[in-house]
Amino acid sequence: MEYFHSVTLDTDRCHGCITCVKRCPTEAIRVKNGKATIIRERCIDCGECIRVCPHHAKKAVFDKLELLKEYDYNVALPAPALYGQFNNLSNIDYVLTGLLSLGFDDVFEVARAAELVSELTRQILSDPGQVRPVISTACPAIVRLIRVRFPKLIPHLLKVKAPVDVAAEIARKEAAQKTGLPPGRIGVFFIAPCPAKVTAMHQPIGMEKSELSGVLAISDIYKPLLAAMNKIEQPKPLSGCGLTGISWGYTGGEATALLRNKYLAADGMENVINILEEIEDEKLRDLDFVELGACVSGCVGGCLNIENPYIARTRVRQLRKYMPVAGSHMKDFDLVPEAYLWNAPVEYDPVMQLDQDLQAAMRKMQEIQRIEKELPGIDCSACGSPSCHAFAVDVVEETAKMSDCLLVLKNRLKDIME
Amino acid sequence: MEPIILKYQVDGSDFSMAGEASSSVKKTLKQLGFSPDLIRRVAIAMYEGEINMVIHADGGEATVEISQSGVRIILADHGPGIKDVALAMQEGYSTAPDEVRNLGFGAGMGLPNIKKYSDDLKVETELGVGTTLTIQINT
Repeated sequence: MEYFHSVTLDTDRCHGCITCVKRCPTEAIRVKNGKATIIRERCIDCGECIRVCPHHAKKAVFDKLELLKEYDYNVALPAPALYGQFNNLSNIDYVLTGLLSLGFDDVFEVARAAELVSELTRQILSDPGQVRPVISTACPAIVRLIRVRFPKLIPHLLKVKAPVDVAAEIARKEAAQKTGLPPGRIGVFFIAPCPAKVTAMHQPIGMEKSELSGVLAISDIYKPLLAAMNKIEQPKPLSGCGLTGISWGYTGGEATALLRNKYLAADGMENVINILEEIEDEKLRDLDFVELGACVSGCVGGCLNIENPYIARTRVRQLRKYMPVAGSHMKDFDLVPEAYLWNAPVEYDPVMQLDQDLQAAMRKMQEIQRIEKELPGIDCSACGSPSCHAFAVDVVEETAKMSDCLLVLKNRLKDIME
Repeated sequence: MEPIILKYQVDGSDFSMAGEASSSVKKTLKQLGFSPDLIRRVAIAMYEGEINMVIHADGGEATVEISQSGVRIILADHGPGIKDVALAMQEGYSTAPDEVRNLGFGAGMGLPNIKKYSDDLKVETELGVGTTLTIQINT
């Protein structure tokens, strides 16, 4: 399997420190020959390394505004998090009108599609036969994490497309009807808060193919957008979402829209992994819904935003003030119910497994245990692996050698000297 | 083939640490490629056992033997022992003190759950000496 990743490394900037190695939730990074390398099968594009790198050597790959030239008609799909990036914003229409000035012909707010996803999720939860708790699939890094680390929880995943994918479907269809252009000549671009969404477009989970033409970063269009917004005298009345939709921009927004009390909403990789462990051990039995986001505060915490997540969250919340509860309803859109649902199976991707064959895996584990006894156990990561245990695994997998451990090497030298 | 052996000290003083051993075992079983169902049964049975050791026995030792045919968990403590094993095996029977119940534990489901999720459960206990549970879970 070929793995596409939005998260990449700028080797010139990388000092070979171990900050990212230690923080990666899937132990996907090693420092080799003084530079970080990403194990492609393991990376879930959560963006944690981008956030923590003190030298800004980790970067996200995303599309540029120039890509709009390739299409005859372009629609922008702004994430709710975008609205939290501006100081003193009183009206979302300023942002949407600003996007038109950047070269888009139309906008379709992801927040509107989020309201449709909320409506459908409420229907799914009213089915008593549904496996519970249902786990949100809006954050692609979480879906990827579950696929590589929590196979037992795959049946709990909400098999509904993420709001951006529903938005892309509707936007392309509406634009084709409006312009008479063939759907392939219409560009549909997500204005995204995180690299996981870039990966999700290139390598969708639960969908055969993404309807998006490209994913732009909030941080990349921020400057021209702000300049365009400052020139607006009278914004166009473009917004069609309610407070339900924009609340998806931060943790708890999706869950509260379900109008049920038995929910849990958590964010940040460490908390998320703890919660998934608890669900896996059946310790959280009486919940209907679990909303999980890789980033602290939710999508406003994505590493492609400009503003501090807590500030952005407060701003989005304040924008809700005069908004209707929901601006969009499924009956207003000409989509068959199947169009909202996943259309490809999601299977366990056992990247952490030592071997396909149990006996071979057990032999490797015994070897790992033997090696671990020789290691100092201080998890210093000077070898480039995240822990002594991970290093022992790397030695057995022959991607590292014993002498990469400085303390083992020191002891060996001492033996020679004596 | 020799079984893989994992050993843990279960700290009896701290509830927040209970579950660490079962969590670590789960990680190892996933690396080995055991089925999600076996992993789930091991995790639940072992967690219940660990909690019991914290509530009743001030901790103890957990030994996990992993072989191709399944997992054996041996939980040994030096606590007060179980007075009436048949009674302790009944759902809802609990001798947990109130402060433990207030934390949401002590529902009297510990041993019954371990039995439910295992293929074989052996309880060896002596009053004033301690209790050893041997839990067998087959693939």
